[in-house]
Amino acid sequence: MKSNHEKILKSAQDLRWNIGADFHEKTMEALYTDATRIADRAVTHPDEKPRFDLDRTIDKLVTSRVWGFPLMILMLTFVFWLTITGANLPSGVLYSLLIDKLHPLLKAGAASIGMPWWLDGVLIDGAYLATAWVVSVMLPPMAIFFPLFTLLEDFGYLPRVAFNLDHIFRKAGAHGKQSLSMVMGFGCNAAGVISTRIIDSPRERLIAIITNNFSLCNGRWPTQILVATIFIGTMVPAHLGGLISAMSVVAIALLGVLLTFGVSWALSRTILKGEVSTFTLELPPYRPPRILQTLYTSMIDRTLVVLWRAIIFALPAGIILWTSANLMVGGVSVAEHLVNFLNPFGLLLGLNGVILVAYIVAIPANEIVIPTILMLTVMISGGNGIGAGSGVMFELESGLATLNILTQGGWTLLTGVNLMLFSLIHNPCSTTIYTIYKETGSAKWTTIASLMPVVMGFVITFFTAQIWRLIAGW
Amino acid sequence: MAKEKNNIAQEESNLAGVNADCASCPVHHAANLKKLGVDMENWDFVVALAGNPNTGKSTVFNALTGLRQHTGNWPGKTVTRAEGGFEYADNRYKLVDLPGTYSLLATSLDEEIARDFILFGQPDVTIVVVDASRLERNLNLVLQVLEITNRVVIALNLMDEADRHQMKVDHRRLARDLGVPVVPTIARYNEGFEDLLAAIHEVAEGETLAKPYQVKYDNPKLDRAVSQLVTQIEEAFPQVPNARWVALRLLDGDERIIKAVEDGELGELSYTRDDLEGASVTHVSHKSGFAQ
Repeated sequence: MKSNHEKILKSAQDLRWNIGADFHEKTMEALYTDATRIADRAVTHPDEKPRFDLDRTIDKLVTSRVWGFPLMILMLTFVFWLTITGANLPSGVLYSLLIDKLHPLLKAGAASIGMPWWLDGVLIDGAYLATAWVVSVMLPPMAIFFPLFTLLEDFGYLPRVAFNLDHIFRKAGAHGKQSLSMVMGFGCNAAGVISTRIIDSPRERLIAIITNNFSLCNGRWPTQILVATIFIGTMVPAHLGGLISAMSVVAIALLGVLLTFGVSWALSRTILKGEVSTFTLELPPYRPPRILQTLYTSMIDRTLVVLWRAIIFALPAGIILWTSANLMVGGVSVAEHLVNFLNPFGLLLGLNGVILVAYIVAIPANEIVIPTILMLTVMISGGNGIGAGSGVMFELESGLATLNILTQGGWTLLTGVNLMLFSLIHNPCSTTIYTIYKETGSAKWTTIASLMPVVMGFVITFFTAQIWRLIAGW
Repeated sequence: MAKEKNNIAQEESNLAGVNADCASCPVHHAANLKKLGVDMENWDFVVALAGNPNTGKSTVFNALTGLRQHTGNWPGKTVTRAEGGFEYADNRYKLVDLPGTYSLLATSLDEEIARDFILFGQPDVTIVVVDASRLERNLNLVLQVLEITNRVVIALNLMDEADRHQMKVDHRRLARDLGVPVVPTIARYNEGFEDLLAAIHEVAEGETLAKPYQVKYDNPKLDRAVSQLVTQIEEAFPQVPNARWVALRLLDGDERIIKAVEDGELGELSYTRDDLEGASVTHVSHKSGFAQ
């Protein structure tokens, strides 16, 4: 049997010499010729071409060298502006419902059945408040942002973004298709990493995987939007607040794109040297978006999935935070010990101990960074009657109130800016790390992809802090 | 359910043109689709969804299974295999959504996943979703699929876009030329699925006799080489349904197929349907190709 198989392979090898070296090209040619012939027979074109081709006109505009990038930035800014200004009201409503009304009710209920203080604390002040916070803060912006983004996608705009970015990637020594996986990463980095499968060359695929983390993902958009609203939006007159906040979020997203180019360039000239391969990018036709269906699927696929993930991680995080804030060692809580320990290093980076602890807690899910930060800040700075005792995650009715809390905790504009930077540039979440390992099958590349961004984050925030302090004299 | 593929293949000529009774008439089953979501237990037939990128494979997948595989207007959206189930005319189908590819030459991971499944997964029906407004380029893939299997249904999708470009696509002529059923659809708006389901049903049950078009290479030397190899292949692997394609791939030096001949994996293609139950998926190999 075995020899039979070998005989086939042997004669195939011999016959290959007979049929000529251009066999592959010839067969492909025959295939194309036949395809053309069959297609020609089946398709009749109208005698007269339409004079005005809408698709081509739009394409000329959005992929033009002059207007391509400004239009892209304008469109993103508009989307964020809508998100930021639109999310305020529903956020407030959800907050007053879940936290103002329901939380005291739950507390009263627990008291009436005589629940012990620690159980009541863990369940209601820890788990419930953490979850309620995540829902009231994250649901409104997501419910606005994701449908808008999905509409752009359904319309066919994303490949044009990729088209605009393609030649820059080529210059950076990376595959042009990386522009697609990068755009995918704006939704979720784990999905972005999987989508690099469209890249054939292992070298270029690794570059795309390692740099995907610089695409702001679903879990980080809310952090950016919130910090921008609180620190940057409140610095300008109220009517400009939304616009300026939106622009600063766009600036961070663009910085991520620049970092993607820079790091790709550096990798392809150092540890991942090699030739750039070519490819064809097909621009799909513009399709009128199906509004209702888009609303529905983006609600199910994105909003609820992300929200659910946030809740799953917020629940145990709330319990752990409450416990660590109420577990005393030498008269000081465990959480405070940890924060104090990391504080000097944090301040050096223009951040603080609270932010670093929050990022450790948030390794499973970046979605819970802001709730953790607020809770820890109140706890450390004494809280002065805000919130409801130590270790309680809470919500504040306006950006200004949140700002007050944070300034009490020693925050400055620099802290806000550096938090936005660090949120962009730090290690991937645990799901993404696991996905990178599955896709590359290599512990070495997984480690590089996980550690490189966080080291970069430290370096960039450090220099930002030093330069800022030098100029501002703080 | 003894629907043995090989018997069907042998009896195909007998079944030609014979419509058993009303129960197999498409009109009878028109509104008979039952979306089963991820429930794929006890399937009778496996159906693969292939096609160029961005032709609407995932939209067809969602419409038939009721699942919500993410769809988007850009090429390369689906890079993994998604699976779901549906029931039609008393048969349970397992539907596998393959990554979109322009060819089946397996030069990248997504092409390899698609090709390995069509070849080694041995689906009972392969639906090729085709963009009617870009027919010529899409037919390249169709012709390659037809070299591997004759159990094909073409979903001539995006008919609305062809209309928008004021093109007329004659699906009957296309069906005659390709030798397989061609069904015009507009998947985004759920149009044409009844005909598509009926066509799937007929191919799955072996009621449609397919005479797929074969690419003409017009090269006497090649023809001789192919027929010599086909004889050898059919001798070593008597059950292989597409010896001509295997011969062409061997002549082209396709490493995956050379390996399949070497270790006899090609012989496993002669599985009967019952043997394949639950085993088909394991033949799809995954290579990552990264150095440690």
